[in-house]
Amino acid sequence: MSQPFRLNKEGLINRNKKISFTFNGKKLFGYEGDTIASALIANGIHLVGRSFKYHRPRGFFGAGVEEPNAKLQVEFNGHSEPNVNATEMELVEGLSATSQNCWPSVNFDVGAINNFLKMFFPAGFYYKTFMWPKSFWYKIYEPFIRKAAGLGVASIEKDKERYEHKFEYCDLLVTGSGPSGLASAYAAAKNGAKVILAEDKPRFGGTLLTDDVSIDNLSGKDWAEKIITELKSMPNVTVKNRSQVFGYYDHNMLVMFERVSDHLEKKSKFTPRQRLWYIRAKETILSTGSIERPIVFGNNDTPGIFLSAAAKEYMKVYGVLVGKKPLIFTNNDSAYETALEFKKNNVEPIILDTREEHSSELIDEAKSKGIDIRFSHGVIVANGYKKVKSAKIGKLNKDKNSFEKTETVDCDCICVSGFWTPSVHLASQSGNKLKYEEKIDAFIPDKKKQHETSVGAANGSFTLEESLKHGFENGSNLSAKITETKTEISIPNVNEKKYGAHDKFWCMPLPKNENPKRFVDFQNDVSVSDIEIALREGYRSIEHVKRYTTLGMATDQGRTSNLNGLQLVSNIENKIVPEVGHTTFRPPFTPITIGTIVGREVGMEYMPTRKTPMHEWHEKNNAVFVDAGAWKRPRYYKQGNETLFEASKREAKNVRENVGICDVTTLGKIDIKGPDAAEFLNRVYTNAWMKLPVGKARYGLMLREDGIVMDDGTTTRISENHYHMTTTTAQAANVLSHLEYYLQIVWPELNVNVVSTTEQWAGAAIAGPKSRDMLSKLYPDLDVSNDAFPFMGYKEADFFGVPSRIFRISFSGELAYEINVKSDHGMFMWEKMMEVGKEFGNQPYGTEALSTLRIEMGHVAGPELDGRTIPSDVSLNGLVSKKKDFIGKNSLGREAFNVESRQKIVGLIPIDRKSSIPEGSHIVQDQNAKLPNPKLGHVSSSCWSVENNNPFSLAIMKDGKNMIGKKFFAVSPLKNKSIEVEVISSHYVDPEGKRVRS
Amino acid sequence: MLYIKCPYCGLRAQKEFSYGGDATVKRPNINEEVSSDDWDNFVYMRKSPRGKHIELWQHIAGCRQWIKVQRDTATHEIFQTAKVTEEIR
Repeated sequence: MSQPFRLNKEGLINRNKKISFTFNGKKLFGYEGDTIASALIANGIHLVGRSFKYHRPRGFFGAGVEEPNAKLQVEFNGHSEPNVNATEMELVEGLSATSQNCWPSVNFDVGAINNFLKMFFPAGFYYKTFMWPKSFWYKIYEPFIRKAAGLGVASIEKDKERYEHKFEYCDLLVTGSGPSGLASAYAAAKNGAKVILAEDKPRFGGTLLTDDVSIDNLSGKDWAEKIITELKSMPNVTVKNRSQVFGYYDHNMLVMFERVSDHLEKKSKFTPRQRLWYIRAKETILSTGSIERPIVFGNNDTPGIFLSAAAKEYMKVYGVLVGKKPLIFTNNDSAYETALEFKKNNVEPIILDTREEHSSELIDEAKSKGIDIRFSHGVIVANGYKKVKSAKIGKLNKDKNSFEKTETVDCDCICVSGFWTPSVHLASQSGNKLKYEEKIDAFIPDKKKQHETSVGAANGSFTLEESLKHGFENGSNLSAKITETKTEISIPNVNEKKYGAHDKFWCMPLPKNENPKRFVDFQNDVSVSDIEIALREGYRSIEHVKRYTTLGMATDQGRTSNLNGLQLVSNIENKIVPEVGHTTFRPPFTPITIGTIVGREVGMEYMPTRKTPMHEWHEKNNAVFVDAGAWKRPRYYKQGNETLFEASKREAKNVRENVGICDVTTLGKIDIKGPDAAEFLNRVYTNAWMKLPVGKARYGLMLREDGIVMDDGTTTRISENHYHMTTTTAQAANVLSHLEYYLQIVWPELNVNVVSTTEQWAGAAIAGPKSRDMLSKLYPDLDVSNDAFPFMGYKEADFFGVPSRIFRISFSGELAYEINVKSDHGMFMWEKMMEVGKEFGNQPYGTEALSTLRIEMGHVAGPELDGRTIPSDVSLNGLVSKKKDFIGKNSLGREAFNVESRQKIVGLIPIDRKSSIPEGSHIVQDQNAKLPNPKLGHVSSSCWSVENNNPFSLAIMKDGKNMIGKKFFAVSPLKNKSIEVEVISSHYVDPEGKRVRS
Repeated sequence: MLYIKCPYCGLRAQKEFSYGGDATVKRPNINEEVSSDDWDNFVYMRKSPRGKHIELWQHIAGCRQWIKVQRDTATHEIFQTAKVTEEIR
């Protein structure tokens, strides 16, 4: 199996290791160090995909990140990934690549009909066509467009790979390891700075790997290797290849995408596939280099047409010829290096130079080697459908807008160079307003907004000497400011070829009556005529032209098309490019995988899981859990084939009749200490706190400053200056921040400290008529009589040898206690309770039964305290002191809070006493009224009342208690239910609250 | 992501902090009469300046202290940070 386009010796690939892969089902091989692109070209394969809109055959155009065409669906290491850049993806054993956006095959693609209908697909086609009839949009147009849109197919399999995030801090981040990057990193490292050097490609060196230069008598490649080796040996330097810095954010935060193991065949399961680095750099060197831009000509998207530097890179790095009969089409000297490289490999190129005959070091060398150079010449149109076969070339007149003569020459590839565009993406992202540099016809960074410095080609310096000098100087000066050390470095001697001036020529004219497509943006199929149409239709702002034509909006971000697009617009508009301006550069610079963005925050690691100390017991006893924030709480304990409904009814009923225990560890707990603690609580809560005696608990209500209820809970006075506050599970963190806000900012004069103790205490509620009997068994030495331990009482006592706190408080409305022990003793407490409670018929109950118990008692919770209710809305105005000031008090006087018809809490029961009322139902007068049916309120909480054996709900309803006795409908369009209900008191069971005091 | 200098802990990533609004708002004194206009201004009315803004942040995943940060709302530049008991000019 020979590779017809592989050179015998050239290149940096490892010829000792063959790698087999498939392309569209065909078995091929390449070498270690190949990309998919270089291996395919070596095998003579150029047709790899179809274009987005017209389904035109497309091949490779670049050799790296600039590639607009060669996006493949690639399966490797057990997963399938769409839109992989074939010029960047390294070959791994067993890799399988397929073409995208074609059917049935890349060779015969039905969608190519679009190419022949192209006059019907002008700029703005979709906007113009799918406007009418409106009714067609949903069922016909949208599905059609969806099917046509996109390139590859995203996998629906779960991604088994591991992705990581890493945070790093450094003095100097250098983005790119070309000559200026290496020099900067080296100088900074010598000054003792902490340096990170990031290189996107697998090999360090950038253009040093392909340019014919020498530094201190070493070849560019050898010098790069020497510097990298030295940098790697320094402890203050991190050197990373396959790492793309793709985003520049605020405060010098840069984000880097590292391809850790995509190129490895075997790896441990702990090796991440890719890694995202958040790098906070004190200074950043942007040595991102430049990208060659094409000259626009007819059918310039035909497979076999390359950027000239890419053709050189294929020869020098991969030992691959992009063709054996090359045409070199250029407006500058750099393409002569490509021609000389072809010549060196015994291939005869023809150079078409748009400039008039002149001489320079490179031109003279080409001439002396006998290369056919044709000045004032250019390619008019490429011939060939799936591969370039020949080209119509023309000799330009002096005006460069017409031809002296034209002819057709045979060729199998065209290497085009329209000069160089600095990669200013990161500088622009950092906030740097760019400026237009006439000398190079491109934008370069202007005034800094952040700590970034562009050097080398990224800053518009295209000579090696200048790049190295800038690199050493900036690397040294920037780092010296940080490390306060300056090591002198002598700038090396450089030997490079001097370039002549380039020609400001970027688009080939067309002879009369010829009209081939001339593409500006390959990936989005935007041609010269599309831009002309947009301007004719009145689009002026470059941002609008971009969106209307989709110029530069593809995944390659217009790397090879932006400037040509700008030139075209400015020519037609008779403006100069800086007047037209440029579009915005946004991260990411290159597409990155979603997996990398997500990192390890998937599945169980998406958020922390909080488990109570009794969690294992719940698990062993068939608890079905529910998420309460990060907490796992038992929803119910399943017995046999019980449903949620049956189990919660059983558990709630048992509490009403016997006794039950509930894990209440998740409640927020805040320890409050200090001589001013009582005063503080008095300001935080709506009710009075100055006279609460030691050993007593009190229910408290706290408001926001706007008068809305924030949270409720009990607070207990443990000792003179020590309180224990409880909050709801959901609000625990907010309440702590709220308290800290007032103590630190508003009333710093109060001597009070607060700290969260939620995790320090395990809590269990014992509720039910038999709870006192059970408590007396748990504390044989304690007097638990109603007189000695009344409602809202607090005691500290020994629980089988462990210290514990006992609160006589109740959420269920039954006689109840809550016991807290240190978290380590939680399981011991729970098991002891289960053992001792047996004789009283004790059963554990979950949150569903807990809800039932509180709803039928009319106790409010989250669904009622929903950020819209004030105390009187939920019948808690009795807790609002008229005598003292507190947070939010002044707001309670607002007019809207005091209108009689305001929505307030009521109870609802269904007329048939059977149909349960869905939570969220709207309450309406007439279920058949015309929409929009006036809404009188909504159902906030629903349960099956175990006390009365029928459904019961709480609702927040207009006119509140005035509605008691009236009938309405609770309508839930979501559940398709409408239930006739009667309004009753929200206190359905034990309205006088006798049981808790019994 | 912003880089915020906590006066107690030093430079820390934004994700350790939570935002707390305008730091120049002063709550009317407790136990003192306040006109409803003054109260409404305190509860609801906020300026939304483009440019320098003194705001509160809490170092929730650190020392839990509320701090003052003077930040440019357009460029995110942070000019100064301080303890809440200190003044930012």
